[in-house]
Amino acid sequence: MKKYLELTVNGEAREAYVEPWWTLQDVLRREFGLFGVKSGCETGHCGSCTILIDGKAVKSCLVLALQVKDKKITTIEGLASKDNLHPLQKSFLEHFAFQCGFCTPGMILTAKAMLDENPRPTEEEVKRALNGNLCRCTGYVKIIEAILAVGDKQ
Amino acid sequence: MRPFEFLEPANLAEACQLISRYKDRAKLIAGGQSLLPILKQRMISPEYLISIKNLHELEYIKQNSSGIEIGALTTHHAIEISPLIKEKFPILAEMENSLGSIQIRNWGTIGGNLCHADPAGDPGVVLLALKASVMTNSIRGNREIPLDSFFVSYMETALEPDEILTEIHIPYPVPHTGFSYVKESVRFGERPIASAAAAISIKGKNIKEARIYLGAAGNTPKRAVKAEKYYNTGAGKFPEAASQAASDEAEPGSDLEGTKEYKKQIIKVIVKRALSQAIAQAQAGSTGDTR
Repeated sequence: MKKYLELTVNGEAREAYVEPWWTLQDVLRREFGLFGVKSGCETGHCGSCTILIDGKAVKSCLVLALQVKDKKITTIEGLASKDNLHPLQKSFLEHFAFQCGFCTPGMILTAKAMLDENPRPTEEEVKRALNGNLCRCTGYVKIIEAILAVGDKQ
Repeated sequence: MRPFEFLEPANLAEACQLISRYKDRAKLIAGGQSLLPILKQRMISPEYLISIKNLHELEYIKQNSSGIEIGALTTHHAIEISPLIKEKFPILAEMENSLGSIQIRNWGTIGGNLCHADPAGDPGVVLLALKASVMTNSIRGNREIPLDSFFVSYMETALEPDEILTEIHIPYPVPHTGFSYVKESVRFGERPIASAAAAISIKGKNIKEARIYLGAAGNTPKRAVKAEKYYNTGAGKFPEAASQAASDEAEPGSDLEGTKEYKKQIIKVIVKRALSQAIAQAQAGSTGDTR
């Protein structure tokens, strides 16, 4: 039987009726149409479903939706302001840090959470922070450069 | 996942009531980083999930005169960055940093990890080397279980069906004790091919006590008792035969991380490294305890 769920997504109060076994990934995509939350492995390995819960990177495929009431969820759709891309988004463009783009939302959100906690990371710290986000296209080099470039500017 | 009902107790007492009512028909869910994958694979199909993730009274890291207490719902990340843990038990912060990925560590909890009882789990072997124990609650009362009695079989703990793990106790080590955790995996953070945790206490040039635990080498974290016995060779270090003994007594299975034979070779190497790292730390006197 569906249960009522209230949560904050990208700064807006949202609500949905959800089955207990629905994950946060299910709700963000199917109920709210936020397809920047990707569905890759659905088992917590690829990281393409990464979102932020209260500013911390979490894999939405491994979160039960009913556990996140009263939490602030951020998806990639919530990162840019009305007219401006987030510095990480600009840096990914400048450094050509994506090809198919499937891993990109997860990569950017994980990077944002890391930079919020550690504004000037070393290359090793960036690599370790990204180990939960897989990319099949780029070989990671440009992604790491794009993130380090934002770190250098801070 | 197969359908289930979701119950959300408001506090620990309510949670104990619920698990006592439903027992094996229910599973407790904290962060679900271990439970949700097996529910998705339909390995188990509980009728009820009792969510304890929002019982914030069980999220803490405290110290008292005898050691440190960590609430079962403390996330891996909180332990990884805790100034108190980095000061008193840096090996725990190091272990947490190598667990999974940042996303898993942000939502998954130490208690959930221990109750999942995967023999390859990072916290289990390190906490065993640290002589940790766990506290449990139920409507029948509380009890303390030493961690070396906690892991009973493959993914099975000593918890009764109506018990909830609430706290982990870690006693301060005796002075001049060094710790190490060596984890060999294909990619950083992933399931180990093999892992070893060591705690070595020295007095002058002699080793007084040794605890060595192997992960992913049996149905539960495995104490390398034969390897430990080499501590009293008087040379202040372990001979080659010790790491060979650990490899011989290990019982890894063949799986995606490697064949049994390959894992045994890796175990020999990582036990040697774990022992020399722990001894070096003991000699440097930098275990972090400040008694």
